[in-house]
Amino acid sequence: MPQSAEHVLDHFELFRGPEYQQMLANKKKMFENPRDPAEVERIREWTKTPEYREKNFAREALTVNPAKACQPLGAVFASVGFEATLPFVHGSQGCVAYYRSHLSRHFKEPSSCVSSSMTEDAAVFGGLNNMIDGLANSYNMYKPKMIAVSTTCMAEVIGDDLNAFIKTSKEKGSVPADFDVPFAHTPAFVGSHVTGYDNALKGILEHFWDGKAGTAAKLERAPNKKINLIGGFDGYTVGNIREIKRIFELLGIQYTILADNSDVFDTPTDGEFRMYDGGTTLEDAANAVHAKATISMQQWCTEKTLPFIADHGQEVVAFNYPVGVSATDEFLMALSRISGKDIPEELARERGRLVDAMADSSAHIHGKKFAIYGDPDLCYGLAAFLLELGAEPIHVLSTNGNKAWEEKMQALFGSSPFGQNCHAYPGRDLWHMRSLLFTEPVDFLIGNTYGKYLERDTGTPLIRIGFPIFDRHHHHRSPVWGYQGGMNVLVKILDKIFDEIDKKTNIAGKTDYSFDIIR
Amino acid sequence: MSLATTQSIAEIKARNKELIQEVLRVYPEKTAKRRAKHLNVHEVGKSDCGVKSNLKSIPGVMTIRGCAYAGSKGVVWGPIKDMIHISHGPVGCGQYSWGSRRNYYVGTTGIDSFVTLQFTSDFQEKDIVFGGDKKLVKIIDEIQELFPLNNGITIQSECPIGLIGDDIEAVSRAKSKEYGGKTIVPVRCEGFRGVSQSLGHHIANDAVRDWVFDKVTPESKPTFEPTPYDVAIIGDYNIGGDAWSSRILLEEMGLRVIAQWSGDGSLAELEATPKAKLNVLHCYRSMNYISRHMEEKFGIPWCEYNFFGPSKIVESLRKIAGYFDDKIKEGAERVIAKYQPLVDAVIAKYRPRLEGKSVMLFVGGLRPRHVIGAYEDLGMEVVGTGYEFGHNDDYQRTAQHYVKDGTLIYDDVTGYEFERFVEKIQPDLVGSGIKEKYVFQKMGVPFRQMHSWDYSGPYHGYDGFAIFARDMDMAINSPIWKKTKAPWKEVPKPKLLAAE
Repeated sequence: MPQSAEHVLDHFELFRGPEYQQMLANKKKMFENPRDPAEVERIREWTKTPEYREKNFAREALTVNPAKACQPLGAVFASVGFEATLPFVHGSQGCVAYYRSHLSRHFKEPSSCVSSSMTEDAAVFGGLNNMIDGLANSYNMYKPKMIAVSTTCMAEVIGDDLNAFIKTSKEKGSVPADFDVPFAHTPAFVGSHVTGYDNALKGILEHFWDGKAGTAAKLERAPNKKINLIGGFDGYTVGNIREIKRIFELLGIQYTILADNSDVFDTPTDGEFRMYDGGTTLEDAANAVHAKATISMQQWCTEKTLPFIADHGQEVVAFNYPVGVSATDEFLMALSRISGKDIPEELARERGRLVDAMADSSAHIHGKKFAIYGDPDLCYGLAAFLLELGAEPIHVLSTNGNKAWEEKMQALFGSSPFGQNCHAYPGRDLWHMRSLLFTEPVDFLIGNTYGKYLERDTGTPLIRIGFPIFDRHHHHRSPVWGYQGGMNVLVKILDKIFDEIDKKTNIAGKTDYSFDIIR
Repeated sequence: MSLATTQSIAEIKARNKELIQEVLRVYPEKTAKRRAKHLNVHEVGKSDCGVKSNLKSIPGVMTIRGCAYAGSKGVVWGPIKDMIHISHGPVGCGQYSWGSRRNYYVGTTGIDSFVTLQFTSDFQEKDIVFGGDKKLVKIIDEIQELFPLNNGITIQSECPIGLIGDDIEAVSRAKSKEYGGKTIVPVRCEGFRGVSQSLGHHIANDAVRDWVFDKVTPESKPTFEPTPYDVAIIGDYNIGGDAWSSRILLEEMGLRVIAQWSGDGSLAELEATPKAKLNVLHCYRSMNYISRHMEEKFGIPWCEYNFFGPSKIVESLRKIAGYFDDKIKEGAERVIAKYQPLVDAVIAKYRPRLEGKSVMLFVGGLRPRHVIGAYEDLGMEVVGTGYEFGHNDDYQRTAQHYVKDGTLIYDDVTGYEFERFVEKIQPDLVGSGIKEKYVFQKMGVPFRQMHSWDYSGPYHGYDGFAIFARDMDMAINSPIWKKTKAPWKEVPKPKLLAAE
């Protein structure tokens, strides 16, 4: 018996002993009707071939291991970025349980969100009563300052009209007539979580700027010197938004972060559960209409929001998840240009330190081949950083990337000598990536937690950058934007490179002549 | 906090009743009336816990519940390892449930096993408008080409399927015929059906009955020689290896486990189960349906058991052995004796650290009652419990066999209620899910996820009990809980004597 009170063995070791191994072998042989091991091996080898890749890429209907989620997740993520705002998702309740779990597993934080819990009768008669009761209950129980409504695919398929439903709910007294209930239709069968982010944010701004669904006067824009910033759907929102605020303050710019969820996803453990924390105040959200300009850090998270803002008379500027030297330069110069403020020496020194670090370590990264997958902007930002490190982002795959993204990626590759052998793969999934890694191997893979399956199957070491990251802790607290964020990404990549070199050179008496103490 | 030692049962009951009244005050009148039926204080001797259950969750209250899809794909079908389970509909459902339930299995993933892959039809607008059946046909073809060693396919319906009128049954039949009788199972587990995961379990059970069992004729021979000692483990999802640390005990007592439902399970095991002499049922809630069906159709008796904590394990081993001859009965005693020293050592080590500690639970399936014995074996006391998606038969079992007089009972608890209850009762430990974990830890209350074992486990069986004890100890006695208050905030501000 392997178990003991002295040294408790859990699943990591318990099942490796002979008792369990024998048991599992018998189970398989006797009862599982297993495939011939030779056949399993043959198929496993076949899945590594160019022939398999061709069949795999010919898929038209099946998706296997996609790197995207659905719209309402993004809507919830954006909504909690406003002061004391409760996201309310109209439709089936299981969806909300999923969004909350997903966000909690990534941030290791509570995630508060309610559902209108629609069931069969609502499918037949519509979910109006669920909305009426739901808003009243949420308002009374959780005392929000705003309830931001989005939809699951169920409510979208049956065609529930949020605008009318919210109006009726207010007439029925669910919430006060002047209580803010912005909304966005977020069908899961259109786009992905980045689309949902976009729709929800646009819905909130539209609510405040354009007369609160016909219940108030539209805001008259009175331009001021402020700059709005939109982070987009971002697993690093905690670290990134705080870094952005620091940069704004160094430049002396007055700013509004729209959908600032950096605090609500990073609350202290001090005896109090803060269901709401931080966030863009509703007043700031409304007054953001007066800003001089709005900057989006992620173009594909704000495809509808930015034109909406531009229509209100502001300059809008979009970046693609700026990581590294040049992307940060461009971001800072845009801030400087718009605000008329000089970039302070302190940031120039930070820039110099990042360039210094890249120069110090360049020899280890130069020429290394990478595969990247993730949201379209994240892929772009990381690929651009790799190119300036002299590395080659050979495969860049975005399940929720489209044709325009592909063209933009290819243009980026075309702009660098290190991008000549690189390709962008829009709309593909991680089973496609598996074929790419077998048939055109690279040195490292960058992606979210699910990349570990690719690491296991193909042996490509995984550098975890993306969303979700479930199996490593706390990285979301550190920025990847700004020069300091670039430094964090650099170190993350370097650590993996050095770990791999050490792993490959530590066989005593065989390879350990290269097991160097200085690298 | 050891409330029981400082308060009489009468005081506890009065306090709990007052607490219920207090939380109900936050609700609008109609909601308060509905929620009042789900909250109660257990009275010893009553046949159930005095709460209504398995009713619709109320909109907007922050229920912890999931949906029928979660019950079918996430719980019952997902762990069957050699079949491919298509999350049929938009991308999200499959994405959020991808690999998160820790149903351990052995196999070559992507080649002959598929549990931790996310197969989805990733519905787009055109699939909603024109229907998804054609896409499903193509998906099955592509699966057959790219994953040739799959032993079967299930179609796990997401909400839109039932709303747009797709005929997944017709597609399944046609494709099954085309692929030589291949097992292809349509499952109508759309998320809007029913009130929780629970209906999804039932629908998934029925799908096994209709699309797996009905293909197996009662005369058909199993691929192995039957013995009088063949049993099937029903309702163990092998979370962190639970079914394995259970199976080993059954085998050690002389039984032969011919199937696991559904953790580390295979289609062949499902098909062979009607040949079992006894079905042993762990998670009654999610698999009583198929157990009853096998009893009716194949005459297989079933027996509920509980492998959490030594007291219940001993009771269960003897209960199971009671269905067999002396050889097995002796085997059960041999197993009990073999593990007694381990049990003694675990209790000697951990009980002194956990004695008198109080626990509040809110979980799904069997756990709101099944784990109580394991806590009690460690000298702990469960002072509040509730089911995410239980039915009245769960509350009956809870009242009759598990909870103590005065225990606070909360069915389908809302976020608000649970926070208030924990805030007022101040238990030493809360056991619930990922959505609750960080809420209570922020409040400074030790917590263990009791769905996923907080990434530990197994917790079943004797081997699991040692891990359970270790984990509860490390949660409650972690030094971090003494540091949640900043020291300068703990002490009252010193008075400025000189200024007076």
